[in-house]
Amino acid sequence: MLKRTPLHDSHISIGARMVEFAGWDMPVQYSGPVNEHMAVREAAGLFDVSHMGEIEIRGLEALALVQKVTTNDVSKLQDNQVQYSTFVNVAGGVLDDLLVYRLNEEYFLLIVNAGTTDSDFEWIQSQVGSANVEVHNTSSAFALLALQGPQAEPILQPLTDHMLDRIPYYWSQRVAVDGVDCRVSRTGYTGEDGFEILCHAANARHLWNRLLVTGNDRGLLPCGLAARNTLRLEAAYRLYGHDMDETTTPLEAGLGWVVKLSKGDFIGRQALARQKEEGLKRKLVGFEMLDRAPARDGYPIVLGNQEVGAVASGSPAPYLKKNIGLVYLPIEHTNIGTLLSVVVRGRNVPARVVETPFYKRVKRYD
Amino acid sequence: MSNTPEDLSYTKDHEWVRVKGDEATVGITDHAQNQLGDVVYVELPKIGDKFEASEPFGSVESVKAVSEIYMPLGGSVIEVNEALNDSPEQVNEDPYGDGWMIRIKIDNPSQVDALLTAVEYEDYIKEEAAE
Repeated sequence: MLKRTPLHDSHISIGARMVEFAGWDMPVQYSGPVNEHMAVREAAGLFDVSHMGEIEIRGLEALALVQKVTTNDVSKLQDNQVQYSTFVNVAGGVLDDLLVYRLNEEYFLLIVNAGTTDSDFEWIQSQVGSANVEVHNTSSAFALLALQGPQAEPILQPLTDHMLDRIPYYWSQRVAVDGVDCRVSRTGYTGEDGFEILCHAANARHLWNRLLVTGNDRGLLPCGLAARNTLRLEAAYRLYGHDMDETTTPLEAGLGWVVKLSKGDFIGRQALARQKEEGLKRKLVGFEMLDRAPARDGYPIVLGNQEVGAVASGSPAPYLKKNIGLVYLPIEHTNIGTLLSVVVRGRNVPARVVETPFYKRVKRYD
Repeated sequence: MSNTPEDLSYTKDHEWVRVKGDEATVGITDHAQNQLGDVVYVELPKIGDKFEASEPFGSVESVKAVSEIYMPLGGSVIEVNEALNDSPEQVNEDPYGDGWMIRIKIDNPSQVDALLTAVEYEDYIKEEAAE
C-alpha cells in the first residue's frame, strides 16, 4: 500500500496523473510537464512535497548532534536561518542531502528526502549515545507545500501580515498564512524565487486550495513531480539516488561548499579530508547534447572508445529547449568543452561538457 | 475523449494504419499522444529498412519518457516524415495528419485483416483503462 500525503484527494479531484515515487502515491503531472515547468519560470507553480521527511532534534546538545551528523557548519546558523547540507557515512559516501532549520539553539528541524527518511532517522538515532538530546521523526504530522516562481511572493503576501520581503534567501519565519500556523522559508528546488511552506497535516487542504484560488489570476498552476525534476535539473540541483548516493562523496558531487572540514570533527570528516588532499579522481559535471536525441538516466557514456560511466540525470530541458544531463566523469575529462558520446539505443550521440547551472534566473532584487 | 477516425486501422500498441493497396501510412493514435504528453523527439528508421510485424521501428519521446513505436505490419520503409525532426509537436497537434511517421510497402497484405477497427480499438482503450 502506497503512502498518501494529506492532499491526495485534492490531487485526484483536479485530475492529476498519479505515480509511485519512493513508496508514495504522488502527482506526476496535472496540465502537463512542459506547461507546468514554464508556469514556474514565468509565473508560479504550487507543488505538494509532503512526502519529504521531517526530523526534529531537541535538547541541550541538539547543536552538537547536528554538527556531528552533517557536513556543513551549523554553528554559523542563527535562529530561523536555513542551511543546505549532507549526511555522509564514515567513508564520506552521501547518505542524504537535506535542509537544516535552526529554530533555536536547542531545537533543529531537518527536512530530508522521502525515500531516505526512515534510514536517516535510524542513523541519527544511532549517533546520539549519551548526549542530552531527543530525535523525533515527525514526518506524518506535517504537510509541505512549495510555492515557486517570480509570482510566488505577490501571491503569498495578501495571505499573511508578515512582510515577506523581510525573509531573505535561506531564512524562515513562523507566520500565519490565511490563519494557518506555518513555517515559511525562502527556499526551493526549482531555480526560481519562492517559498516552502510547512504546516500541520490537518491544515494542508485549506492552504492548498486557498493558494490555488488566490494565485489563479497570476498564472499559478499546480505542478507535479515531472516538472519538479526538469526544473531542478535546469538549475543543476542534485537529486539523491541519481546524482549522488553512498558510492559518491559530496566533493565528487560538486557540493564541496557544504563540506566544512575546519568546523571540527564530524562523521566522514577524515575520509573527506583525505579525498580533498589526494585530489578528486572523478567529478559530477553538466553536459548538453549536440544532437536532437535526449539523454536519459542510465544511458552509457563513451570517451574515445571507452565506456566511462552512465548518465546520472538526463532529460529534455523545457525552458532551455535543450537536452541536458549530469554525469560523473574521470577528472581529466571534466573541462568545459570536453566532447563525449552518450549511447542512445546503440547509437553514439555527441555531447559537450558545459557550465552549470544550465539555467540561472535573473535576480529581481537583493 | 480521444479521436479515433473510422477509416483507419489500429494496433494494441496504439499505432494507426492507413492502407492503400500494398502501401500503408503509420503513426500513433490520438490516445497515445495524449498519454505521452508533449512530444520532444521522434526517432525514425531509414528508407529501405525492413521490419517484421510488432517489431519496434522507432521511438517517440516526451519530456518524461521514451516509448517505442511498433510496426503494425511487416514491410519495408518507403518514406519517412522528416518534418518531425524539426516539429515533433506535430505528433500531438495532428496525430492522424502532419504527425504521420512512416510509409511502408506491405510484405503480406493478408496481415491487414488482423488489425483492429476503430470500434475495436476504442473498446480496447476502455478495457486498458479499467485494468
